[in-house]
Amino acid sequence: MKSRLSLSVNGEAHDVLVPVHKTLLEVLREDLGLIGTKHGCELGECGTCTVLVDGDPVLSCLALPADLDGQEILTVEGMAEGGRLHPLQQAFAELGAAQCGYCTPGILVTAKALLAGRPTPTRQEIKEALAGNLCRCTGYTKILDAVELASLRIGHSGVT
Amino acid sequence: MTKQDFSIIGQPLPKIDAWAKVVGETKYADDFFLPRMAYGRLLRSPHGHALIRSIDVSRARELPGVYAVITGADLPRVKFGILPVSQDEEALCTEKVRMVGDAVAAVAAVDEETAERACRLIEVGYEPLPTLMSIEAALAHPEIRIHEYGDGPNIHKNVALQFGDVEAAFAASDLVREDVFFYEGNTHLPMEQHAAVAHATPDGKLTLWSSTQTPHYVHRLLPRILDMPAAHIRVVAAPVGGGFGGKLDPFAHEIAACRLSQLTGRPVKIACSREEVFYIHRGRHPVLMWIKTGFTKAGDITGCHLKTWLDGGAYGSYGVASTFYTGVINPVTYKMPVYKFEGARVFTNKPPCGPKRGHGTPQPRFALECQLDKAAEQLGLDPAEMRARILAEPYTKTANHLTVTTIGLGECIDRVVEASGWREKWRGWRSASAGASTAPAGKRRGVGIAASAYMTGAGTAIYWNSMPHSGVVLRADRSGGVTVLCGATDIGQGSDSILAYLPAEVLGIEPKDVHVHPADTSLTPVDLGSYSSRVTLMCGMAAIQAAGRLRSVLAQAVAEKLEVAAESLAFRDRKVGVPDQWERALTFTQAVELAEARHGVLAFAGSYAPPKRAGKYKGGGVGPSPCYSYSACVVELSVDEETGEVELHDVWIAHDIGRALNPLLVEGQVEGSVYMGIGEALMEGQVFRKGLHKQPSMLDYKSPTTLETPDIHTFLVETDDPEGPFGAKEAGQGPLLPVPPAIANAIYHAVGVRCDEVPITPEMVLKGLELRRKGKPARIGPEKIPLFKFKEALMVESAFGRPADAVAVRPFAQ
Repeated sequence: MKSRLSLSVNGEAHDVLVPVHKTLLEVLREDLGLIGTKHGCELGECGTCTVLVDGDPVLSCLALPADLDGQEILTVEGMAEGGRLHPLQQAFAELGAAQCGYCTPGILVTAKALLAGRPTPTRQEIKEALAGNLCRCTGYTKILDAVELASLRIGHSGVT
Repeated sequence: MTKQDFSIIGQPLPKIDAWAKVVGETKYADDFFLPRMAYGRLLRSPHGHALIRSIDVSRARELPGVYAVITGADLPRVKFGILPVSQDEEALCTEKVRMVGDAVAAVAAVDEETAERACRLIEVGYEPLPTLMSIEAALAHPEIRIHEYGDGPNIHKNVALQFGDVEAAFAASDLVREDVFFYEGNTHLPMEQHAAVAHATPDGKLTLWSSTQTPHYVHRLLPRILDMPAAHIRVVAAPVGGGFGGKLDPFAHEIAACRLSQLTGRPVKIACSREEVFYIHRGRHPVLMWIKTGFTKAGDITGCHLKTWLDGGAYGSYGVASTFYTGVINPVTYKMPVYKFEGARVFTNKPPCGPKRGHGTPQPRFALECQLDKAAEQLGLDPAEMRARILAEPYTKTANHLTVTTIGLGECIDRVVEASGWREKWRGWRSASAGASTAPAGKRRGVGIAASAYMTGAGTAIYWNSMPHSGVVLRADRSGGVTVLCGATDIGQGSDSILAYLPAEVLGIEPKDVHVHPADTSLTPVDLGSYSSRVTLMCGMAAIQAAGRLRSVLAQAVAEKLEVAAESLAFRDRKVGVPDQWERALTFTQAVELAEARHGVLAFAGSYAPPKRAGKYKGGGVGPSPCYSYSACVVELSVDEETGEVELHDVWIAHDIGRALNPLLVEGQVEGSVYMGIGEALMEGQVFRKGLHKQPSMLDYKSPTTLETPDIHTFLVETDDPEGPFGAKEAGQGPLLPVPPAIANAIYHAVGVRCDEVPITPEMVLKGLELRRKGKPARIGPEKIPLFKFKEALMVESAFGRPADAVAVRPFAQ
């Protein structure tokens, strides 16, 4: 059975006709062409597929789009504004926080949610916020460094 | 060149592909969506060991939305395997399954859900056979044969090599220790699940995009598996979302996607589920080890004898190489005048093991470094000082005929000892832990040290040939841009970036001016693949050679124009000119135009093959490498005596990188290696029950999160190795090796419990503490070794201490 849904993703309205059991992850990737959000386990265990729903991190592999009517969804593709990278994206690139890059979109949006609520988190607070996002490449060190750098820069520039 | 002369090398630059990765534009294999694409699924065996009596696909074929259903009967009846000596796999099994997860049929359908449903309609008649789930079981039941080939019933490989008289060395030693260790198997767990998209086109050609670390080897194997000419197959490695060795074999899903595409005339994608990734893995071998080492009073090693038993799983994979690797790299770290190695790889009904980060070497490294810690204690030596004293000698040969060039291990040990405050902590806390048995239970701190060596690229390819191991074609165009074509595969380690940095350095342009096209068998010269820490060195050397050839043609053209000597020209800041007449310098673009007018199209090749240094004995081809990297590690942790939990506080790691082409990327490789070593030491294990994986999910298979990963302090030591590109050695694997033994040694330092087995669980620690309280030896680990006859050892004279060959013969160097 298919249903017609209106989704607001990265500030754009989309009407989609999809099977009701299709997950948000599948709809984003297969129906909206937003491939930046990745499959990691399809079981809500690794954080790879994280997107923001009304600013909060949500595992898109467990979320059903039908539940998200009227809510604002943000994926990694929506982080840069007007061709300008978000400070987190800039810092992740500069500091080598993305190695294979597969976990990067999920970590970026999770970090964005953290900084929105807590602009100057401690390292321990960053660790706690990202504890649900697995990364097998970096040992997390450069990721934590990059979130700290972005936090510092946001503090100076006022970007959110 | 000194460091100051470089403009790109040594700079902490972003990776060239970082920008696409942070905006979500990088297209991994699963991100390919082609018009008319079908989705495939594999039907996998639920039995660990069974004969296939029948397969009925008729109901699956009738399901609406199904385009094709195939079994092994739809593929040529050939067996394949990544190593020429182990051709034992079928993409879709025809007569027998040897593990849970073996594929028996495949479906292409309108979507994944329909394909999955069709798989459930396939009826397979199995006749179950007894399963062999451990080394001991496989050896105890020779009447149950998993394969019909090998060095004995259920013995895939049996090797024995002896370099000098170890018994005489033991007899002359002040201390001889025999210890037994077990290193549990574990898996790569890349964040990206394996995926492949195949597209057979009406002209009879085939393209495969895959998350593979080795498009070349896949390209070499497919023609036989699919019975079609290699020239009509194109394999493209999509950017790989984490490999660590787990994407180095040809896989059933790749082959099935190809065949299904040929039969349906549609592109076919097969993306593995996370559970499938746990089964198809080819990860770290479980290895049981017996190690006997002799020492002098001062701590010098007199000789070493190592026996290893590898639980290989159901297929050969890289296992013959893995078996050798559990033995051959050991003599590279310390002076080891005589050495004997015996190893056996055993078939079991588990997923096959193969290469994972450090391929076959973390296990014996764990054994040796833990044993050194025990020996140091018996001899009354500081384990850091003892190691620093017995380092291998640069530019010499090892007992097993490996040529070692630069060694920065002494400096590595110094750096971690100084930074960690080793001396105070090791002496100070030792007395505290010695009294711990009477003190109230609490959290106790400890420090541990270990060191290691690893190869920078395998000296021989997996198939015998005299061609380059890596090739680059470099083209300059009239825009002033440079295009680099190279088969190297970026799995996150940054090989694409290296291919931009090195030509940019040679040509005096910016990395942004270089366009890198990697890993496409129709476009790029062969690079053997991302394994054995070979890529930076080998593709780097090829890139430098190609760029040098372009540079010399540009220099001739500019020299003619400026009426100066070509040798006097410098290339920097996108200009070419004489340094003291820099105002007359031409732009790089002008230089390209002049040279193209004079020379024609500016395209140049670079080729690299390692120096030919294999020892002249059977088996001597595994282990040689252009150069070896070295690492030293100190771990500080605390152990909770109530719960047995181990909490890591800090890891200090120093790595001899030769030269850090980009220190940011090298640090990233070192930190990632340390992290993975921590996981192996404390939590990661592939364990099975009745053929089934006990924890095939990311929740149950524990790996370190941000919360378990301690602060990692990385120090890079530069030794400027003559074999490496601008002096560089590897960084991606070696720094994992000292981490598990340093953790085990630190746990002993904290609470006096020897854990001779990884992963070290809280239960093991508690059991050790209980033994200690009862006044028994507080050791947790394997108690015995199998009754097993290794083959007669091949006796080879020890080459220990001989000088390195003065001039290594490196093919294609001119």
